[in-house]
Amino acid sequence: METISGWGRIGAPGRQKLSEDLERLTDGAVLCRGLGRSYGDSAIPPAGSPEVATTVLADRILSFDRGTGLMRAEAGVSIEQLNRRLLPLGFFVPVTPGTQFVTMGGAVAADVHGKSHHVDGCFGEHVTRLKMRLADGRVVTAEPDGENHDLFWATVGGMGLTGHILEVDVKMREVRSPWIWQETKRVDDIDAYVEALKDAAGKFPMTMGWIDCLSRGANMGRGILMAGRWAEPGEAPKRYPRPLPRITMPLELPSFVLNKLTISAFNFGFYWKHLPREKKGITHWETFFYPLDMIREWNRMYGKRGFTQYQCVLPDSAGRGAARRMLELLTSRGGASFLCVIKDCGPQNRGLMSFPMKGISIALDIAVRDDTQSLVDALNEKVLEEGGRIYLAKDQFTRPEHFREMERGRLPAFLEARAKWDPKRRIRSAQSVRLLGDPA
Amino acid sequence: MNVIFLGATKGMGRALARLMARRGDQLYLLGIGDDDLERSAADLGVDGRAPAGVGVCDLSKPEAFGAALDGALAALGGKVDAVIVTAGLFAPQDRLESDLELCRAVLDVDFTCTVLFCEEAKRRLLAQGGGVLCVFSSVAGERGRKPVILYGAAKAGLTRYLEGLDHKHRADGLAVVTVKPGFVKTGMTAGLKPPPFAGEPEDVAARVLGAIDRRRPEVYAPAAWGPIMAVIRRLPRFVMRRVGF
Repeated sequence: METISGWGRIGAPGRQKLSEDLERLTDGAVLCRGLGRSYGDSAIPPAGSPEVATTVLADRILSFDRGTGLMRAEAGVSIEQLNRRLLPLGFFVPVTPGTQFVTMGGAVAADVHGKSHHVDGCFGEHVTRLKMRLADGRVVTAEPDGENHDLFWATVGGMGLTGHILEVDVKMREVRSPWIWQETKRVDDIDAYVEALKDAAGKFPMTMGWIDCLSRGANMGRGILMAGRWAEPGEAPKRYPRPLPRITMPLELPSFVLNKLTISAFNFGFYWKHLPREKKGITHWETFFYPLDMIREWNRMYGKRGFTQYQCVLPDSAGRGAARRMLELLTSRGGASFLCVIKDCGPQNRGLMSFPMKGISIALDIAVRDDTQSLVDALNEKVLEEGGRIYLAKDQFTRPEHFREMERGRLPAFLEARAKWDPKRRIRSAQSVRLLGDPA
Repeated sequence: MNVIFLGATKGMGRALARLMARRGDQLYLLGIGDDDLERSAADLGVDGRAPAGVGVCDLSKPEAFGAALDGALAALGGKVDAVIVTAGLFAPQDRLESDLELCRAVLDVDFTCTVLFCEEAKRRLLAQGGGVLCVFSSVAGERGRKPVILYGAAKAGLTRYLEGLDHKHRADGLAVVTVKPGFVKTGMTAGLKPPPFAGEPEDVAARVLGAIDRRRPEVYAPAAWGPIMAVIRRLPRFVMRRVGF
């Protein structure tokens, strides 16, 4: 049996079906999949129906208005393709996650967010229309405030469980130059980092940062804060930024390569490489938005057992020490994560299951070991205590009882929407089987 | 240049058409399905020169070829520099053996119909003093190989026909470019396990466009398939009987 996995490379039985013709491809399909960048099992089919409809060949832009930035695209068009084709015309996606290898369908299903969440919100907030194939075979359109608006907001962040996305209309952002003005700053510990992050959010449309989560004591959570904005034509180079060279991770590294020692050495180097405390200047948009995309198949670094990413958001109500408490738990459990990403989030949107809420988001890569399940359980219990929630696009280990408890306020409305649009739960994933108890 | 393109809506044709539209070539799209053609035309127009028009032309219906080409020619203002054919049918060997109707369709479309289309196109190109006729055949036509006996046979016939056409009409100004793609990851090959050196449609497109511009009679794409096929063409029969490819 063939296997299929998320970006974390934890495989399950399954195969992909591809076609340029999405309407035909999604007829009777159990689940759609894009570029497979969700880390966990959200794009893995249920065991009993092991075939996903992969949308990547449906990659046509169907219309683009250079006056308004409004674009209609087939669901398999990736952000990478949009950047390559539309940035030379002066347009960029309104919201981008940390990889550009994400399809339009995936961006809506996970309601992706990025460095600009505190000002721009999530991807779904810039979508003006969806064309979808429902579980019963009908093809309908859904708009944020018009026709089928309940379907629209159940689909934004709905992990592909409300219907198959065929086309996405999104308002692209006009940028004044194809370059980024970036300011970066070395910060000594987690509390200072969170302060600096909140401070930068008032001045810059894009902020985020990486922290060293192995450092302890006074240095705990020291890191590099990055803030940026699109450069003005006067301060940017005249030429168009050349595509950056890419390398491919040629093989799967043995699991022992990433251990506490190598990770702390890497983190130490990363921190001290930033020698002047503050740096500013013009940078390439790919370096700024997509540093990891430079290494194709970097997920092979984690070896045969793969890895998981753990991302949670802790609400402002948990207080400013929440990030530190989370890190303390991680280090006390011996968890070793490569650079950990911390970013402040703006308010929650209308998406019934959209991840972000006002507060602070923490993302960690965790190599799979024998104790991964119990580590995730402990982190989830902490998140529950702080009143936070997890990001489904990253998850493969959360227990249903934890998930239901975190989402007790929102889940009933989502389940109601699913009951309306797919009463037989025909559309489902390995993740929805695990977390929502869908038929396997 | 002005180009009549049969098969620009999918796979390698889609990638090649994008490359050509982006550098300013004026395309006219032929293919099946009005809506599909319009969607591709719109896609090309986003960051390239919008096609002059689209017309329905089903490669399995030779009686309509002449009219479709005339319609395209008229939309291009009566002048065409190149005709490109990327359309074709594919099915795995076991399916072709078990379904002889399908087998006949593949043989008909990939050989007889493609040849008839080329005859119609050739006549029009020669009438204007020449041009380029670029047709996608396949490395499957190079040797009799177990996984592609029937498909390969049709492509072998097509390759020989195109070779002869080039020999006959080079002096008249008509260059025939035979494209021999190896395994390329497209909708046509979806579901097959990609061998080493499997290519992306974009790599093929860049190479084919170079061949069209230089009027090269034959091009393997991606490039790695040139040397690979040079070896396979020379393998003795007792080896070919033993290996699985």
